[in-house]
Amino acid sequence: MGDALREGGGVNWGSLGNFLAMGGYGLYVWGSYLVTLALIVAEVVLLAKRRRNAVGRIR
Amino acid sequence: MGINWFKYSSPQTFFPLAGRLAFVFGALALAACAAGLYLGFFVAPTDAQQGESYRIIFIHVPAAWMSMFLYVVMAFWAGVGLAFNTRLSGMMASAIAPTGALFTFIALWTGSFWGKPTWGTWWVWDARLTSELILLFLYLGFMALQAAIDDPRRADRAGALLALVGVVNVPIIYFSVQWWNTLHQGASVSLTKSPTMATTMVAGMLVMTFGFWFYGIAAVLLRARCIMLERERGSEWAMHYARAAA
Repeated sequence: MGDALREGGGVNWGSLGNFLAMGGYGLYVWGSYLVTLALIVAEVVLLAKRRRNAVGRIR
Repeated sequence: MGINWFKYSSPQTFFPLAGRLAFVFGALALAACAAGLYLGFFVAPTDAQQGESYRIIFIHVPAAWMSMFLYVVMAFWAGVGLAFNTRLSGMMASAIAPTGALFTFIALWTGSFWGKPTWGTWWVWDARLTSELILLFLYLGFMALQAAIDDPRRADRAGALLALVGVVNVPIIYFSVQWWNTLHQGASVSLTKSPTMATTMVAGMLVMTFGFWFYGIAAVLLRARCIMLERERGSEWAMHYARAAA
């Protein structure tokens, strides 16, 4: 299975540095992914806060 | 036959069900996103023309699809609420709007970060980008309109009109790359043609789409629960829940 994946064009980044560099496009790739992650985490935190506030206002 | 769906059309019966569903879809979203990111970063090959910059596709396209899909679902629930005057429908429409706006912003943001290395510009006023920006303004307009009206049922009706009129923008976004000469490329994946990308790239994109879809369902259900508690705070079931949650 692992071999089949590699034959199917799997990526060997070699090092963490290469992975982070993204072939020179690190700023654009990580600038996209990190902002997306931050926004989703923010939404989940805001939802938890909103629920706490709603419960607090009932009691 | 089995399930009585009308049983779940009132807030007090839908509230606990929404909580359980949100948990299940949240877990599914985590699993799908983990698998999708693995496919996207460790299985899908480097693109011959764009190098590694194309890997933005694994969030850009799913987010753009969800931004349009959620708008249609929001307009659907808003329309149902308008036609049948059902309480829960309006709450669902209101619950969808912020998550829809979030996915629209993500689609625009990641598109900008993809456009810079591939087109040489962060932004261009072409039909696809402009109509997607209008979608963001429709979501924000819907939220602002509802926030400006104190009576929730009147806010639902006003928002529903805006949501239904705005739905015309969705086919404009989708077909913009065919109708106009845009800098944005045409569809790489469609229901009628085989994809013009490597199989592993398409697989990563589709798995991420499921991940975003499941996340969207979970977030909308959690927000719907908040809205139910806020609007029905005087009711017996809400007070019971609040006491138990203390």
